[in-house]
Amino acid sequence: MKTITTTTALGTYLVRLGDDNVVLGQRLGEYVSRAPELEEDLASANTSLDHLGMARYLYTYAGEAEGDGRSEDDFAMLRSEREFTNAMLVEQPNTDFAHVLVRQFFFDAYQVPLWTALAQSTDARLAAIAAKGLKEAQYHLRRSSSWMVRLGDGTDVSNERAQAAIDALWRYTDELFESDVVESELEADRVAPLSSSLKDAWVETVDRIFETAGLARSEDDFQTSGGRDGTHTEHLGYLLAEMQWMQRSYPGLSW
Amino acid sequence: MHNDTGQQAFDAIIEADEKVEPRDWMPDGYRSTLIRQIAQHAHSEVIGMQPEANWITRAPTLLRKSILTAKVQDEAGHGLYLYSAAETLGISRDELQELLHSGRQKYSSIFNYPTLSWADMGAIGWLVDGAAIMNQIMLQRTSYGPYARAMVKICKEESFHARQGYSIMMTLAQGTEEQKALAQDALDRWWWPSLMMFGPHDAESPHTEQSMAWKIKRVTNDELRQMYIDQTVPQAHYLGLTIPDDDLVFDEETGHWNIGPIDWDEFWATVKGNGRVSRERIAHKVKAWDEGAWVREAATAYAAKQRSRSESEKEAS
Repeated sequence: MKTITTTTALGTYLVRLGDDNVVLGQRLGEYVSRAPELEEDLASANTSLDHLGMARYLYTYAGEAEGDGRSEDDFAMLRSEREFTNAMLVEQPNTDFAHVLVRQFFFDAYQVPLWTALAQSTDARLAAIAAKGLKEAQYHLRRSSSWMVRLGDGTDVSNERAQAAIDALWRYTDELFESDVVESELEADRVAPLSSSLKDAWVETVDRIFETAGLARSEDDFQTSGGRDGTHTEHLGYLLAEMQWMQRSYPGLSW
Repeated sequence: MHNDTGQQAFDAIIEADEKVEPRDWMPDGYRSTLIRQIAQHAHSEVIGMQPEANWITRAPTLLRKSILTAKVQDEAGHGLYLYSAAETLGISRDELQELLHSGRQKYSSIFNYPTLSWADMGAIGWLVDGAAIMNQIMLQRTSYGPYARAMVKICKEESFHARQGYSIMMTLAQGTEEQKALAQDALDRWWWPSLMMFGPHDAESPHTEQSMAWKIKRVTNDELRQMYIDQTVPQAHYLGLTIPDDDLVFDEETGHWNIGPIDWDEFWATVKGNGRVSRERIAHKVKAWDEGAWVREAATAYAAKQRSRSESEKEAS
């Protein structure tokens, strides 16, 4: 099975980032009308929209970089589970509000340094996309950090639930910082940073917020990976089955 | 509570077509009618998120998914404004929520119908939001200030909602036979319920007369319904769709479209909680609320800790 998603390193990289955003956007969309307060329904919808918007920019550019005429919806709706290269963190389910928030916090703490670095890209279009992403990610991180503190320093129950979500999701965090040949190639041209270079900033944010919140890294430090090569947890298949259902059932139509 | 001076001032405001404000004296019946109506409106926005959220995850394109998500987000926002407007009348959002969960306050019965295909997202925007706008445009002139002002803001967003719905229908109507069939099926299922959104005929509407006198309502149910029919029938024809009413006829003399009889048994059954998905809508809402209890408790506990921390800092300094 060929897991390189497009024919160029830039295209592959853009699709990878697009996949992260579309999958998280889909998960947050699923949560709308299920949040603990109306304000949080609104925030889930709003955050979902930001991630969907980024996915659309990234896929559209990927299609152009690749030059085969694929559209944003070709990438989102017509690729299989094995062709999706999102990090496994974002496909994890909305088990409870703590899982939704911890997943968001881990991802926001990664996206802020990522977009910061990409905003300096020698590729002007990617730099412009990143500048927009950075503003949104900074806002997302403020929100998810403040919820981490509220949950960690709220009640015993909320502290336990937040810690349980951290323990469940911790194993999917290292994957965000893996680098491969695609990144090396782009890094050489100063188009994109190596993901490994983003980890220090992430660790700093996570430790600082955990300290304030009275939460801790998971004691089980097992880490898994494979999302970037298209080997996922079983959750992704169902997410895609739902997301792609219309395009698969009624192929080739305009909506 | 009777208050002659208050009553006179209130009557003068209504007479002069000015706005009653939260601090003004108002009759108890006026207050309770507004609480009931604004709460029902707020609950409708919130419960109305569900039938559309049902298709967020399955929207056919990323653009349609984004537009639908933005629409549901707006509905959450409308719920917030309206709960705030109700709070100015002396009832809390938590109390209103409890009245919804226990079934003592209603929401629009249109949301007790299931959304069964993507075309329903078009039909809801076009028909349901279209009908809601008729009512809300009128309510921009309602006599209670906070409610009228909330409506001005909501109406702007609603017209975008109706347009996106019509755009979905247009795309389907111009599509394949299969897509046209989806559009027609959606119109068949949503047409009559959308007409019922205006409520019973004026003769059978228990609240109309008093609400008109208080200028809470400015136009009657039947008048609004007729305006909606006259607006919507030509739109359906433009789409090449058939209104599911064999008696539908254009009256040359009056310039109005006349419809066949509305099935009021279905309306009252739905209002009384026997809609196709009535139980599911409330169960969904209550489940989310109950599952979120620990989160709200955490937020409250954290806020209390922060307050006591800042107080002890003040004492120490």
